[in-house]
Amino acid sequence: MTQIGRALPRPNARRLVEGAGRFVGDLTPPRMLHAVFVRSPYAHAVITGMDLDAARAAPGVVAVYDGADMATQITPWVGVLTHMVGMRSPPQPALAVGHTHWQGEPVVMIVASSRALAEDAAELVTVDYDPLPPVTDMEAALAPDAPVIHPDLGSNLCWEKRIDVGAVDVAFADPANTVVERRFVFGRHTGVTLEPRVITADYDAAQDQLTVNYSGQVPHMMQEVLATHLGLPQSQVRIVAQDVGGSFGIKIHTYGDEVAACAAARLLRRPVQFAADRYESFQSDIHARDHRVTARAAMAPDGRLLAVDVDDITGIGPYSVYPRSSAIEGNQVINLIGAPYTLPAYRARLRVVFQTKVPTCQYRAVGHPIAMAVMEGLMDDLAAATGRDPVVLREMNLIPDDAYPVRSPQGMLYADLSHQACLTRLKELMGYDALCAERDAMRARGVHRGIGIVSMVEITNPSPMFYGVGGAPVAAQDGAVVRLDASGAVHLSSSVTEQGQGTETILAQIAADVLGLRAEDIRVQTGDTAHMPYGGGTWASRGAGIGGEAMRAASVALRAQVLELAGAVLQCPPSALALAGGAIIDAASSTERMTLRELAQMVYFRGNELPAGQAAELIASRHFRVEGMPFVFSNGAMASYVEVDVETGLVTLLNHWVVEDVGTILNPKLVDEQIRGGVVQGIGGALFEECLFSDDGQLLTATMADYLVPMAGEMPDIEIAHVVTPTSTSALGAKGAGEAGTSGASGAVMNAVNDALRPLGAQISQMPMTPERILRSLGLVP
Amino acid sequence: MRVTFRLNGEATVIEAEPRQSLADAVRAAGFTGTHHGCEHGVCGACTLRVDGVAVRGCLMLAVQAEGAEVVTVEGLDAPDLKAAFVRHNALQCGFCTPGMLMTAAELLESGHVPDRAEIRDHLSGSYCRCTGYQAIVDSVEEVAQARHGAKP
Repeated sequence: MTQIGRALPRPNARRLVEGAGRFVGDLTPPRMLHAVFVRSPYAHAVITGMDLDAARAAPGVVAVYDGADMATQITPWVGVLTHMVGMRSPPQPALAVGHTHWQGEPVVMIVASSRALAEDAAELVTVDYDPLPPVTDMEAALAPDAPVIHPDLGSNLCWEKRIDVGAVDVAFADPANTVVERRFVFGRHTGVTLEPRVITADYDAAQDQLTVNYSGQVPHMMQEVLATHLGLPQSQVRIVAQDVGGSFGIKIHTYGDEVAACAAARLLRRPVQFAADRYESFQSDIHARDHRVTARAAMAPDGRLLAVDVDDITGIGPYSVYPRSSAIEGNQVINLIGAPYTLPAYRARLRVVFQTKVPTCQYRAVGHPIAMAVMEGLMDDLAAATGRDPVVLREMNLIPDDAYPVRSPQGMLYADLSHQACLTRLKELMGYDALCAERDAMRARGVHRGIGIVSMVEITNPSPMFYGVGGAPVAAQDGAVVRLDASGAVHLSSSVTEQGQGTETILAQIAADVLGLRAEDIRVQTGDTAHMPYGGGTWASRGAGIGGEAMRAASVALRAQVLELAGAVLQCPPSALALAGGAIIDAASSTERMTLRELAQMVYFRGNELPAGQAAELIASRHFRVEGMPFVFSNGAMASYVEVDVETGLVTLLNHWVVEDVGTILNPKLVDEQIRGGVVQGIGGALFEECLFSDDGQLLTATMADYLVPMAGEMPDIEIAHVVTPTSTSALGAKGAGEAGTSGASGAVMNAVNDALRPLGAQISQMPMTPERILRSLGLVP
Repeated sequence: MRVTFRLNGEATVIEAEPRQSLADAVRAAGFTGTHHGCEHGVCGACTLRVDGVAVRGCLMLAVQAEGAEVVTVEGLDAPDLKAAFVRHNALQCGFCTPGMLMTAAELLESGHVPDRAEIRDHLSGSYCRCTGYQAIVDSVEEVAQARHGAKP
């Protein structure tokens, strides 16, 4: 039975439902201390003095460190990528030194015998500040007279990029063409991983060895970052990431508080745990999606899309986040706008701006929801302006499924995509014509319903062209080791981590398929730099496409070893043998010749029975990186059906449909559930989630009572179907599924809301679409 | 302060500071399935059951559990519910799962077969950031129907 494609449950799920998770906060090594941070109460200030004596004398306190103390232990980092030419960001210390640049920036660390005692001591810390003018609004930050956050840089501009391809001005100037223009505002969101960031660092002075258990996605990157900035050989740093309580890209960044906790462990020679509380996570986890986009599109009289022109300005906080940089999101926004369509001319300007707010960086579906919402909003505007059906207009402009490879005006190389098939399937799935009729009938009764459609592209499986060329210590490849033990059982280890998306299950399915086993019988290990091959970890939807491909290749290599050994023992050519059911069989007759256990026992215990010169190997390692393409894109189409209460501004989600092409589907259950989770995060961005700041840079949404995330009662059932176009970049054919749901959902909901509002002459272009903003768009509140 | 209560069926005596939450106390006692997500009663990750009622472990003090019967996910006797969660992949990272299970178990003991809207409503005090909730609703619905012999 083929193992790939089975909806196999996850073995680790059984552990988690029993409450037997191994989250970092569950670890309590002997003599462990707890770190707590005093954080800046100002968005922008000079530190003029501090008194730490009372805190040092408080019960249970072992150490108190300020920024200067930590600067002797930790070198600062700079979050720029060299291939993004002209990007600037100043060196960032682990704890603020001299200045603070956002409300929530760590200033003082208290290390005490319990979290409660450390918090008590934190209350006794006095820090004197001389407030500086906050720089909060991203556009005002670029004004010539704006206060400059980093005076050495001379302005608040981190990076600017322009694209200009084709006859943009001609398309907009021709009066025969239809031109639409909109200004979109995308609020700041954050990941709200249910388990906040947590790290436990332990230093063994006898071996000069730092061991860090951390709740994160990128163990090898953290190994490199900690070794570099703490001044340790990389071989002396071990990172362990076991159960991770949600990540979504939030946990791939360098956070000063985490590095400081590691430095404290080394100084104190005791385990130190830092676990952010929820208030701290809102203030210190990276935010994302803070963009204002002005966009216009020109369409020929026959409905052909001619040109798109966008201006994106994004606020990233006071530093570009290390090591991936905060400019990637804006870069992806302007690179992906228009991706599904044949687009002859494109112009874009991106400005990435420093502000005195929480830093922003990569979060699930980096830039995608913005790019998709902008383009699909313009498509709906073009349809409305010319009286065309939105689906028909898309069908006219989608890149044909048989046209690939296609290079976009932005230079993105698209291959193996299926926009036409996905949109066709979506129409079927949602019953488009009947739904339009229902919507129209409801409208006639004064019930304001709307349908929103999105076609989308997602960046997955990045190659070294993404971070590696820019100098970031972020591996583009992933590694896999497959070995047979003495009982004949197969063990896998992989550099891709497990955050609940099912990595370990799909890796077992891949290896099982090659080795003729059941996936259930294979053991998988991930998440420990001491025991697994080097690799990138979990980000940008690369687990299946890159980690899975490495696992396939390693399994094929092990199979070859097994068959060669077995052939030598059985005195037949390896090609006459095959693997099935845990045994070596005759390929022609399927007769069992010997079990894997028998072979393994011979190799491990009775090597004397092997022919002379025969390698006694039952282990294989392979690594894989994408070559020839910078990325492996996936694509899909989504639709949302909503009802807007025009008296309260409340939006009710009635249905949501997704058709996604993630290439080869390794485990349909896991793919569908990952897409559903992604859709709900996208819906959160569309309707609920926003990190709000006061004008002076105080974070106003610092608790879960203020920052709304979608709950079960507000979400509809989400129907999913697939189109399968394997990627030609790998033997397995798997693309990524992690970004898929989030990428298109918010645009689909915004289009649906605007479809409902259109008969009322209203339009909303700001996310989240709160009731107040919807009422404002209707002119019902000022 | 000394607190005496039954924890997952066993007579338990702990020393708790007056300010210590029940969630912290059961975690300190080794039952780390009870998780802290927000520590102010919003997210539901710390949900456990006290005398049969689902409560927020972060909002109840350990000393308030004196004489009570406290059940955490480790002691939750609902193999059908746990199996359904695994079968439907009604969890991804698993961090909300203990709280979600404790909440769902309470609904399932209510003696009727809730519809999907009621399940969604009942679970709305427990945040899940990974799944999109649908598989959780599927699991609870399936167990409710199975327990009451109702046709799906």
